Amino acid sequence: MGSTSAHNDREGVGRRDLIKRSAALGLIAVPTMGFLSACASGDSGGDEKVDKGKKTKANPLAVNESAPLEIVIFDGGFGTQYAEDAKAVYEKNFPDAKVKFSSTQKIQSVLQPRFNQGTPPDLIDNSGAEQMDMGVLVGKKQLADLTPLLDAPSIDDPAKKVRDTLRPGIIEMGQFDGDPVWIMYYAYTVYGVWYSQKALDGLDAEYPETWDDMLAVCAKAKKKGIAGWTYAGKYPYYVPFSLYPMIAKVGGREVLDAIDNLEPNAWKHPAVKTCFEAYYELYKKGYILKGTPGLDHIQSQTAWTEGKALFIPNGSWVENEAAKTMPKDFDLAVNAPSGIDSSDKMPFGTIWASGGEPFIVPAKAKNTEGGMEQLRIMLGEASSKNFTSSVKSLTAFNGGTDGIELTPGLKSGVAALKKAGDNVVNPRIQDWYVALQKEKIGVGGLGEMMAGRLTPVEAIKKIQGYADEAAKDDSIQHYKHQ
Amino acid sequence: MQHGKYRFIVGFLTAPLAIYGLFVIWPFIQSIYYSFTDWSGLSPEFKMVGFKNYTRLWDDEVFWKSLQHSVMLVVLLPLVTLTMALFFAFMLNVGGRRRKNAAIAGVRGSAFYKVVYFFPQVLSIAIVALLFQFAYNPNSGAINSFLKAIGLDSVQPDWLGDPDLALWCIFAVLVWCTVGFFVVLFSAGMASIPKDYYEAALLDGASRITTFFKITLPLLWDTVQSGWAYVGILALGAESFAVVQIMTVGPGGPDYSTTVLPLYVYQKAFRDGQAAYATTIGVALLFVTLLFVAVVMKLGRRERLEY
Repeated sequence: MGSTSAHNDREGVGRRDLIKRSAALGLIAVPTMGFLSACASGDSGGDEKVDKGKKTKANPLAVNESAPLEIVIFDGGFGTQYAEDAKAVYEKNFPDAKVKFSSTQKIQSVLQPRFNQGTPPDLIDNSGAEQMDMGVLVGKKQLADLTPLLDAPSIDDPAKKVRDTLRPGIIEMGQFDGDPVWIMYYAYTVYGVWYSQKALDGLDAEYPETWDDMLAVCAKAKKKGIAGWTYAGKYPYYVPFSLYPMIAKVGGREVLDAIDNLEPNAWKHPAVKTCFEAYYELYKKGYILKGTPGLDHIQSQTAWTEGKALFIPNGSWVENEAAKTMPKDFDLAVNAPSGIDSSDKMPFGTIWASGGEPFIVPAKAKNTEGGMEQLRIMLGEASSKNFTSSVKSLTAFNGGTDGIELTPGLKSGVAALKKAGDNVVNPRIQDWYVALQKEKIGVGGLGEMMAGRLTPVEAIKKIQGYADEAAKDDSIQHYKHQ
Repeated sequence: MQHGKYRFIVGFLTAPLAIYGLFVIWPFIQSIYYSFTDWSGLSPEFKMVGFKNYTRLWDDEVFWKSLQHSVMLVVLLPLVTLTMALFFAFMLNVGGRRRKNAAIAGVRGSAFYKVVYFFPQVLSIAIVALLFQFAYNPNSGAINSFLKAIGLDSVQPDWLGDPDLALWCIFAVLVWCTVGFFVVLFSAGMASIPKDYYEAALLDGASRITTFFKITLPLLWDTVQSGWAYVGILALGAESFAVVQIMTVGPGGPDYSTTVLPLYVYQKAFRDGQAAYATTIGVALLFVTLLFVAVVMKLGRRERLEY
């Protein structure tokens, strides 16, 4: 055998030579393997659409009756049963179609590669912590325009278009710039101040309409050893659920619109300062549950259902989410945020309500008509009722609550919507600029202020800085209210 | 005898090199390539944008914060973990009192302690992070309840909710779950050091501390050095990501106080739809890692001792 370190041994391969040669081999191997490796972003596939079917009264979207359909549902707070029920209807209407149904909690991990390959499924519930960024999807032309669906007759009443059966704000939320509607929000969420009516009654108090009353209720609660407020301290972007509509109530809708549009000095509006100071007072007076900045949403909700705190800013999913720890006689209720006083621009009752559970039909899906038809079925009264009664949430379908027994929270949500009437606000910063809203404004600004580490003035300055940065940042798509 | 040697070597090297190339080198090259594009990660379309991502990185405050935290972890975590592990391992193997028949022994019950130390290693990092998340709950968590129980009602920190504490809370968890592995590793290393050395040192009247620094540490140096690189890479990569992602859920702690490079890569790629920018951060992470390993190798170089 040759020695291992010999250089002079002509026939032997020395250790160093071996390393050199294998490195060279590696260099050759790398590019060659490249051809074999499936590229992270290949653009093969896609665009092999199925043929359209025949347009009839029963089939206004001209679905190909035998084309396969693929649905992917986010398996979150609402579960998947409602979607499976709706799928069964599709299968009944189109017995020849093979419907593939799957659900996941990791929408992005599962679907991002398929978008990249150009072979996405036909209908997606793009929701949850791993939601794909809609702004990017729209900007990169990955979504199908849902206008045909909105102009199709509704499933219950052929004389009515689908668009006429939806709750206010749903269509606008699906638009970004211009007319096309890219997203169909299926659930309808009421945001606001959530509390136990029983706890409030126990304090012999009414829900406060002005901030002075709010402070009085909190003082009363404090005497009994109950904190006035808690919130998801690790996700302080829950605070806006009651804070933003309060800003609109105090300063008018335009203030929120200016914020959404990332206008310069939008946050410097006096109404913003007034509301920030009001919330800061909760901290200063010790009305916020101790330790709240260290709690996540579940932990804060649990402390709240245990009666340690009176109020919590949240959305209507909380009824389902906190069901496990909520006592039977909790008597869940939601109300619009308290204002400052009678000089506020909008009346008490001004509330934030908007769509949830965004459904999308990818532009490169093979069976886009099928995806839209499935949505048309879901937006019918029967499916909508089924959703509401099983997961305690409203749907985009306006109505669908008659004849089903409403849970306390849902009932109070419906009442709050009724009271609000036209005074429903819908801050879009939440879906237009996710990172800005959640971690910059939410965690970096509001969270710090609510924990007492920033004064309202400092918080506003910091948040305005974040907003200006986002307005300048050309790596994100910018939107404006129409 | 030399006949067929090349074929033999090539036969052995081709497969591993191909796999290495395909799964390690090629992704690196791809990442570097993508960092010069505007790829969103959500669609196959992208175009070249030159150094735009890199100039953006330069001005990105969150990136610098993440870098700072990652560097802090990579410097401190190995230092603390390995020091503790060395101490524990020494006590378990050498540090005990002299008992009959054995000149060299660990403290009483050392076999049991070994198991206890190793225990966190058995748990998945996700479970560890979740458990500690509960412990750190300022409202009803174990730590604050304990403080209350011993009469420290006034000391009730927010732990993960406090920007000054959050990173140290993470750090403590990382130490907790890595130290055990090195206790066992160093124990194995110490067991292979010939007992006569210790006996000789004892006969010469060396104290425990002297024994440690003159015998144990030099003979264990190779193990310590690779351990150093290993913990450092854990601190830069997977482990710190998992703990930060799970415990300080959301954006990486209050006011970015715990954000680390791998978390920032993940957020940009899988939340903000900016895969190209994420690869740019990834390239920066690659350089930090290479730099770290180079420093460890350089500083750690010593004459090899054989026994």
